[in-house]
Amino acid sequence: MDYILIIIGAIFVNNIVLSQFLGICPFLGVSNKVSTSVGMTGAVTFVMVLATIVTYLIQTFVLNVFELQYLQTITFILVIASLVQLVEIVLKKVSPPLYQALGIFLPLITTNCAVLGVAILTIKNDFNLIEGVVFAISHAVGFGLALITFAGLREHLDLIDLPEGMKGTPASILVAGLLSLAFMGFAGIV
Amino acid sequence: MNQLENFNKGFFKENPVFVLLLGMCPMLGVTSSAINGLGMGLATTFVLIMSNIVVSLIKNFIPDKVRIPSFIVIIASFVTIVDLVMAGYLPALHEQLGLFIPLIVVNCLVLGRAEAFASKKDFLSSFVDGAGMGLGFSMALTILGGMREILGSGAIFDYKFVSEDASTFLLFVMPPGAFIALAYLIAFINRLNKTEK
Repeated sequence: MDYILIIIGAIFVNNIVLSQFLGICPFLGVSNKVSTSVGMTGAVTFVMVLATIVTYLIQTFVLNVFELQYLQTITFILVIASLVQLVEIVLKKVSPPLYQALGIFLPLITTNCAVLGVAILTIKNDFNLIEGVVFAISHAVGFGLALITFAGLREHLDLIDLPEGMKGTPASILVAGLLSLAFMGFAGIV
Repeated sequence: MNQLENFNKGFFKENPVFVLLLGMCPMLGVTSSAINGLGMGLATTFVLIMSNIVVSLIKNFIPDKVRIPSFIVIIASFVTIVDLVMAGYLPALHEQLGLFIPLIVVNCLVLGRAEAFASKKDFLSSFVDGAGMGLGFSMALTILGGMREILGSGAIFDYKFVSEDASTFLLFVMPPGAFIALAYLIAFINRLNKTEK
C-alpha cells in the first residue's frame, strides 16, 4: 500500500515538473518534438535511478557513519557528475545504438536539478533503499509524462496565430501553466 | 570594458531570467511571495559572486580537462556555506526555500557565468559580472514574487492591503499561477524591447 501511495503521489499529485518545479530547463529546452522528449525521458530515468541508489548508499554508509552530513551537497553533485560521465563511457562501448539515442542528452543531465532533487528528497523522506528506487522511478515517469504531453501540445503551438509578444517562450510557458492546472485536479487523491 | 556597462549588462541587457532564460527552476519554485524571491535571489547572488571571484583567481592553476568538475566543487562549497548560515540565522526562510537552497549548485546561471565569463576575465570584472547577474536575477525573482503575492494573497512583503475576508486569486500562489504569471511577465518585457527598437 505504501508503494502505491509513493507511486501515485510522485507521478500525479506532486508531479516533479508541474508542481515541484524541478527539471524545468530540459522541460522547456528539449520539448520541441515528441521524439526528442522520449529520448530525454529515457536518459533521465536511467541516471535518476542509478544516482538515487548510489547517493543513498553513500549517505548511509559513509556520510552518516562518519557524521559528515554537511558534505551532502558537494558529495551528491560530484557523484552525479561522475556517474553521468561513467554512463556515457559504458554506453558508448556496450550499446552504441542506445548511446546514439541518449548520447546528446547525457551531458545535459548533470545540471538537471531533478536528479539531485530526487536524491536529496529520498534522504529527507527517510526512505529505505527499495522505497527510494520506487520513488525515483515514479518521479522519472512523472517527468516523462509531463515532458511528452507538453511536447505534444507544443508541436501545435507553431500553427497558431498569436500576438507578437506572446510568440515563442511566453506561449510555451503559458501552456505549461494550463497543463499544471490540469494536474492540480489530482490533488487530494493521496 | 567599462565596469558600469559590465554591471548593467547582467542587470538589464542580458538579464539572466527574462532574456537568457537561465535559472528557471528557482524562478518558478520559490516565488510564491516577494520575500521568498528576494531571499533566494540574494543567496544565489552570494554564491555567484564568490564563485566568480574564486574561479577568476585560480583559473591559471586549473587544468583545462577538469575545469567543469573543479567549478562544481567551488560552487558546491559556497552553496553549503549559504545553506548552513541560513539554517542558523534565518530558519523560517530556510524552511520555506527548502530543497531549492542545495539546488543552487545545479543552477545553470552560476556554472554558466563561471565557465563563460570568470574563467577568462580578471578578478574585478568577474566580481562586477557576478554582482550584476546576481542582482538581475534577484530583481526578476522579487518582481515575480511580488506580482504573485499581490494577486494571490493581496499583500506585498507580508503587508496585507486588502481586508482579511477579501477573496483573492488563490491560483497565483499555487504552482500553475507561477507559470501563468511568468508567461505574461516575459511577454510584457518582449513587448517593451520591441518598442525600444
